[in-house]
Amino acid sequence: MFSYYLNLALRSLKRNVVLTMLMIAAIGVGIGASMTTLTIFRAMAADPIPNKSRQLFAVQIDNWGPSKSGVQTPDDKLQQQVSYTDAMGLMNAHAALRQTVMYSTGFALSPPNPNLRPFQVPARATYMDFFPMFEVPFRFGTPWTREDDEGRAPVAVISRELNDKVFGGANSVGKTLNLDKHDYRVVGVLDRWQPVPKFYDLNNNQYGEIEQAFIPFTRAIENQMTTWGNNNCSRDAVAPGWEGHLHSECVWFQFWAELPTAADAERYRYVLNNYAAEQQRLGRFHWAAHTRLRDVREWLADQHVVTDEARILVLVSFSFLLVCLLNAMGLMLAKIMGRAGDIGVRRALGANRRAIFGQCLIEAGVIGFAGGLVGLALTAAGLLGLRALLSEQTTRLTHLGFWEVGITVGTAVIATTLAGLYPTWRAAHIQPAWQLKAQ
Amino acid sequence: MELVPILSAMRRNKVGAIIIVVQMAVTLAILCNALFIIEQRIAWSERPTGADERNVFVIINQWVGDPTNLPALLQADLAGLRALPGVIDAFASNSFLLSNGGWSYGVDLMPDQKESTAQAARYFTDEHGLQSLGLKLIAGRNFNADEIADLFGVNDQTPAVSVIITKALAEKLFPGKSALGQSVWIANHAANIIGIVDRLQVPWVDPSVAKFSDYSILEPFRYVASGLYYIVRTQPGQLEAVLKAAEKELFDLNRERVLGKSRSLTEARVEAYKDDRGLAVILGVVCAALLVITAFGIVGLTSYWVAQRRRQIGIRRALGATRHAIVRYFQTENLLIAGAGAAIGVALALSLNLWMVNAFAMQRLHGSYPLVGAIVVLILGQAAVLWPALKAASIPPELATRAA
Repeated sequence: MFSYYLNLALRSLKRNVVLTMLMIAAIGVGIGASMTTLTIFRAMAADPIPNKSRQLFAVQIDNWGPSKSGVQTPDDKLQQQVSYTDAMGLMNAHAALRQTVMYSTGFALSPPNPNLRPFQVPARATYMDFFPMFEVPFRFGTPWTREDDEGRAPVAVISRELNDKVFGGANSVGKTLNLDKHDYRVVGVLDRWQPVPKFYDLNNNQYGEIEQAFIPFTRAIENQMTTWGNNNCSRDAVAPGWEGHLHSECVWFQFWAELPTAADAERYRYVLNNYAAEQQRLGRFHWAAHTRLRDVREWLADQHVVTDEARILVLVSFSFLLVCLLNAMGLMLAKIMGRAGDIGVRRALGANRRAIFGQCLIEAGVIGFAGGLVGLALTAAGLLGLRALLSEQTTRLTHLGFWEVGITVGTAVIATTLAGLYPTWRAAHIQPAWQLKAQ
Repeated sequence: MELVPILSAMRRNKVGAIIIVVQMAVTLAILCNALFIIEQRIAWSERPTGADERNVFVIINQWVGDPTNLPALLQADLAGLRALPGVIDAFASNSFLLSNGGWSYGVDLMPDQKESTAQAARYFTDEHGLQSLGLKLIAGRNFNADEIADLFGVNDQTPAVSVIITKALAEKLFPGKSALGQSVWIANHAANIIGIVDRLQVPWVDPSVAKFSDYSILEPFRYVASGLYYIVRTQPGQLEAVLKAAEKELFDLNRERVLGKSRSLTEARVEAYKDDRGLAVILGVVCAALLVITAFGIVGLTSYWVAQRRRQIGIRRALGATRHAIVRYFQTENLLIAGAGAAIGVALALSLNLWMVNAFAMQRLHGSYPLVGAIVVLILGQAAVLWPALKAASIPPELATRAA
């Protein structure tokens, strides 16, 4: 029966090519526009580390107190980053399964070949826990050791990209890199790794590339490597020099903890609050403990990773899809009512309402499917267009995956069938006698 | 007139009419808000920085390692750059227009103030800064060479004794009176305002800085740090050539450095506002597509109505209605439908905007947008209905005499 209806639907669509094309085009354009924006939205809102996003927590501590920022902010809007004092206090508490403080920095790398010019290498100073915590894949070697962390060892884990550039992709474990005139020993080379968004440090470039080199935090601090990321200072006086800045209330570090169970997280919240209360007792904070522990998803939501622009675009394009569907619905209505005579004859020859209903609905579905295919092509074209239009960091979000293809065609078929419900219902209620008489 | 027959005909085609009304209303609502966003984004991305953008470029310089003789290296670089043919002037700074990264602090009017009076961006400059950026000094004076001190990197907390501020900041700090000669407090140190420039934008380009986007302070420091910006102004039309020569000059002076991607302020502007412009283009395309789709919807449904009423139209013609009257019938019908759509659409546009004001950091829609949108939708309806109406008018009267 289905194939017969399908055949009927195709014949009927062929009878009025212009109208059919118009409907398919309307649905295709609407689907194309909404799926283009939805793809970007989904990429922005994606979970960058699905199997651990509920176990990794960003730590926030209010070390400025109310109205110290100099600019008015809502009360629960805590600083995104933490100070060195607080980061060290929490590292020494050892209250999480794994934990790391980190910051963004960088080097000028002098290539082994003296004829090549030095180039810039963005780097991340962190603890060895970073790698297992964030499930960072290794191509060669391993993370550095706890002893390296404690001993401020000049070791580095480098990205696959940097390894390709400097060592031609060979296993470079054990080789040395000259970073700002210091020798660092390569202990590991990462495999391809690009969390989108770059959740562990959302400053500067949320969808940017990962760092090309990772070095022990302790080493970076000893070498007085300044931050390449965001640095925010309160209105408290800052003592001069590196030490002054380091021990000030300026915030420029990210702090993450891995807490596998809800009980662990609860306990950590308690530790965190106790720490802040302790700081109050010691006279450093003049306000009640104010801390936050947010898992990856909560963190991304709190930091507004999905931009207002993306939300507006999704809203606009889905309203557009609605208009396109209304359009197709109107045209379908026109088409079906134009065929009232045929339907009357079929009904008189014994087709029941269900049969007419099914037949017309399949016709709507066919239009939806064709519209979906057109929409898919338009989505691909739309994403290609966006890549040319938008900045490099945003274009990382324009990938059409298997899921997007499915969603696109599926939405088209379902939405068009829904839009076809009313015209179909009207068709099924055509009075055969009346139609035959009019003929 | 012929309103009564139109309305009774419409009552028989309720759903079709409603579909067009809803389509037009949604079209209008999207159109108004999208055009409003486009206009705002374009206006935002075209704000002048205050610099001579066509002739200014920036070189991002990073030294390899931590050279011990940084002040001397910096002086040599600056002397080399200034001596290049085609260069008007050059200076070194911590921050750069349209770079979307920089330093800011709170500015107070008295010591130990609880809330800052204003937030402002910091730009370090020697006595060459105004000339190198092409800023317009509207009051007071430039820094003298003997006022310039070395400031060593991010951690140097040396306070500025004298500053030059922008007109916008001056008006914010001292509304209604001259800021020249007044003192401002920055991190609990007093600084004397010695000059006011017409305009100098903060380095951030995100709309969230809108409330202080022209609050900048120039401080008399030569920025001595491992990473810094060289900002160079060239004679008109020589930017490309000078930029190449400048990079070569720097490498000739010292190879132990990394130069980031050098660019003119014009390029920096394109890059900085790429997403804003992109959003405007996308919304523009969607608006255009929306109008086309809605128009085709009207054409399609009206053609169907015409086809359905062929006999009636023939009878009307036979009874003496002119072609003109038939066209006018469909035009009036469409005007009624589009009018209802526009009325609902205006309400929808305003509530959509109101919701966006709350949900996103959006501004209130200007009253002219719904008005323009309504007119556009009405014209669109009339234009779309014309072809089917003309087809209806061409139905011959003798059709009425023939059997169906």
